[in-house]
Amino acid sequence: MSAPDPILVVENLTMRFGGLVAIDALSFEAERGDITAIIGPNGAGKTTVFNCLTGFYRPTGGSIVIRHADGTTYPLHRLVQHRIAKHARVARTFQNIRLFGGMTVLENLMVAQHNRLMGEGGRTPFALMGFGPFQKREAAAVERARAWLDRVGLTPRADDPAAALPYGAQRRLEIARAMCMEPVILCLDEPAAGLNPRESEELNDLLRSIKAEGTSILLIEHDMSVVMRISDRVVVLDYGQKIADGPPDAVRDDPKVIAAYLGVEEEEALAVDAALHQE
Amino acid sequence: MDYALQQLVNGLTLGMIYGLIALGYTMVYGIIGMINFAHGDIFMVGAFTALIGFLLLGMGGVTFVPLALILVLVLAMAFTSLYGFTVERLAYRPLRGSFRLAPLISAIGMSIFLQNFVQVTQGARVKPLEPVVQGGVVLSRGGTVEVTLSYMQISIILTTLVVLTVFTLIIGRTPLGRAMRACEQDRRMASLLGIDTDRTISLTFVIGAALAAVAGMMYLLYYGVIDFFIGFVAGIKAFTAAVLGGIGSLPGAVLGALLIGMIETFWSAYFSVQYKDVAAFSILAIALIFLPSGILGRHEVEKV
Amino acid sequence: MSGAAPRGMAAIVRDAGLAALIALGVGAPLLGLRTEPVGRGLTLIPRPGLLLSVVAAVFVGRILVGLFMAQRALRRRVISPAPRAMLAPPGFRSWLGRAAGPAMLAFALLLPFMPGIGRYEIDLGTLVLTYVMLGWGLNIVVGLAGLLDLGYVAFYAVGAYSYALLAKHLEIGFWAALPLTGLCSAVWGIILGFPVLRLRGDYLAIVTLAFGEIIRIVLLNWVGLTGGPNGMSGIPRPSFFGLPFSMAGGEGTFAGFFGLEPSPLHRIIFLYYLILALALVTNFVTIRLRRHPIGRAWEALREDEVASRALGLSVVAVKLTAFATGALFGGFAGAFFATRQGFISPESFTFIESALILAIVVLGGMGSQIGVATAAVVMIGGFELFRDLEQFRMLVFGLAMVAIMVWRPRGLVSSREPSVALGARKMVGAEHVAEGRG
Repeated sequence: MSAPDPILVVENLTMRFGGLVAIDALSFEAERGDITAIIGPNGAGKTTVFNCLTGFYRPTGGSIVIRHADGTTYPLHRLVQHRIAKHARVARTFQNIRLFGGMTVLENLMVAQHNRLMGEGGRTPFALMGFGPFQKREAAAVERARAWLDRVGLTPRADDPAAALPYGAQRRLEIARAMCMEPVILCLDEPAAGLNPRESEELNDLLRSIKAEGTSILLIEHDMSVVMRISDRVVVLDYGQKIADGPPDAVRDDPKVIAAYLGVEEEEALAVDAALHQE
Repeated sequence: MDYALQQLVNGLTLGMIYGLIALGYTMVYGIIGMINFAHGDIFMVGAFTALIGFLLLGMGGVTFVPLALILVLVLAMAFTSLYGFTVERLAYRPLRGSFRLAPLISAIGMSIFLQNFVQVTQGARVKPLEPVVQGGVVLSRGGTVEVTLSYMQISIILTTLVVLTVFTLIIGRTPLGRAMRACEQDRRMASLLGIDTDRTISLTFVIGAALAAVAGMMYLLYYGVIDFFIGFVAGIKAFTAAVLGGIGSLPGAVLGALLIGMIETFWSAYFSVQYKDVAAFSILAIALIFLPSGILGRHEVEKV
Repeated sequence: MSGAAPRGMAAIVRDAGLAALIALGVGAPLLGLRTEPVGRGLTLIPRPGLLLSVVAAVFVGRILVGLFMAQRALRRRVISPAPRAMLAPPGFRSWLGRAAGPAMLAFALLLPFMPGIGRYEIDLGTLVLTYVMLGWGLNIVVGLAGLLDLGYVAFYAVGAYSYALLAKHLEIGFWAALPLTGLCSAVWGIILGFPVLRLRGDYLAIVTLAFGEIIRIVLLNWVGLTGGPNGMSGIPRPSFFGLPFSMAGGEGTFAGFFGLEPSPLHRIIFLYYLILALALVTNFVTIRLRRHPIGRAWEALREDEVASRALGLSVVAVKLTAFATGALFGGFAGAFFATRQGFISPESFTFIESALILAIVVLGGMGSQIGVATAAVVMIGGFELFRDLEQFRMLVFGLAMVAIMVWRPRGLVSSREPSVALGARKMVGAEHVAEGRG
């Protein structure tokens, strides 16, 4: 890697709820093409960072900027929410999976392509009635969806309701749905939670392949084996503040990180420990 | 100034009546999350039961007014509670835990039924009642208008305050109240902890109906005429009040009702009687734009 | 009721006795006594006979229900649930699902020319179709977008009054006025939509209800414009694309142009086909929109608003298009109503109408076009069936609404048809479909 080329620059991000400070002057950067992990004990403010990033919360202070490869920048802290996905092209998944349960797997992926379909003359009366060149675009959208279904192994279930899928498949579908937006950065909130070791391994492969195709990934994860194996950089939060930031090797030996985990939850600290000595 | 004071007194009285109805809405909403559309009609049934009670006492020769008031109050509350119980049992309990809109439609059906039941059994014409409580206290006589607080208004405000106090004690201090609050927080958990949720919900409807019966009686005394259709408008106003106050919040319901009562009275007094409902509804819409969860409603931080 | 084991006779009788006791209590004041005007006051007339017969009816009815439940529980036990599925093989059901739409359409198209169909039947058909159209319009808002709207009748009223005003004051013909009325209603849909964008669930319900009432009160009191409670009469009747329906016959009339014997039925039949066409347009547009990103966005909003927002859907745009589209069709239906009746007054646009249309949507099964059509036929047709009951009609109607909901809370057609499929379209079961929080 040569000169730094961050895709995401967070500066002094602060989020207060009433008197509670969930994020306190947090600054970090995510490099283009990297997998950046945000870790930290429960309640450290990881999901709040995501919510600020994707417009669910308006930050109390600070800035979040997305820089596209062509140099365009998007100040997410000021953007209307739907523009974050539409223009800044930030996609996310949720800790507790949020699919359109009553819609089929394929329909879920079609909704993700809403703005692309609407943007290219999707509003003309002909398009509204489903005639003309609109049909071609719709077919292309279905093809893109099918390609993603193939990648996550859900093609046979394309016409089943999303709510009927098993848990692991729902996680994969949510990632596929986010990717159908063709984002520049994909934010994943605990994608490995509840997966069995085999599924977890498949997830790692999927994330690596997404990264290889040029989409940067921001990852919240509790599963240390996932974090240590696939991330290029790790940001550690505790009580809304950054306590460590660097490559996994550096972070794993940071006494502050171990203390944060040990101090908060034994189980997680042990998990860190195990992950440290495993490699 | 005196005129305004008089309106304040009138608005307060009206608000108290709305408040009693609004409590029923907000309690039911708090516990099972549904709009009990038939509640306004329960109030109407309460007014009719009170009317029949007064007529019965009149024929029976009870002339001591406070005794008559208390007897009718008890009678109306008892019979109307039975309506609350039956409606819940027939129209809502079978739909518990099902689709959200099904109980709403069922409630609208129940409302249509109750209105027409009373129309068929008691006739469509308005029912007058001769004033039971007469006279009043003149508060001020300065200027062109005199400000009076009628004994009727005093008794409405006093009765409402007494009922509200008892009600607050029930909710706050008794096992029943605790069970109700538990069901409100988390019904499944409450039932896992051994609370008979069906019974608690039944009792919520019973209490709500009893409060509506008090309101019905007050309405009858205050206006002196009722018909089978009064439940609709009063019900909507009371529901508006409950939403304005923050639905699910008991003090909110009363606060919202007082506000609606005031808005309506002042609007009628200073602008136009025809548009008083428009004023109340518009204030509701405007208030909700700025306070989407009502005045005292819990503001939900969106869980993502 | 909830107990799976069948109960003995003693328990059933005890239960019925309790029910009869409650009926006695419920009935005592209102059934047992009747208030009668005497002079300036009232007197009470006792009606013990009526009260006792109702109580007896409840007792007997409850025993019958108890016996029926016991029977059913017994049968359930003997025959395990599995063989019950054989009663309606899946192939038959899907065949029925596919055939129902075309069959209903064919019936609707041929109705005026069927033997034994007279003026009354065609008028009834027109009425049913008006509610089918209103149901389909509201279905967009409630069924697809999941936004609970209790004031839909407002758009119906706006359509009716704007047509009446355009036709009477500006002398614009029906066909030219139709798009304008639709536009007018759609604009009102957006006007309503803006303040309620942030509201959820029951807050939305009460504000839409309030909006419906506001419109009605304004219509009632703005006497200069709307005629107030007297309404507007003399609204121009529609012509057959410029050819008036006239009993006189002659060159420029419908009958004269086509060389027919002038008959009052012509206009009736024309109106019938007019509303049929309008309803079919509503249906066509809805079906198309469902397969368009806009329609999918509506359904996505109903399923999960948070996820929709994360995917870059503008909640503002999605909600407003749903309100506007629903209002548009409500407005068309209103214009039709005005031209059909020739007279409109605020009385036609009360909350009961909104409730009725909503009931049709919910009974139909939210989101299902064929379900809504069936529900409109059942509700409006059923209401007509009880015409002879007169004052008992609304009583029965209210009870029927309760009974139908208890019987089928999810509506007649509860499964959802996917808007796009890779393979064969499979219906999505009701248990997966969300109902929306808006």
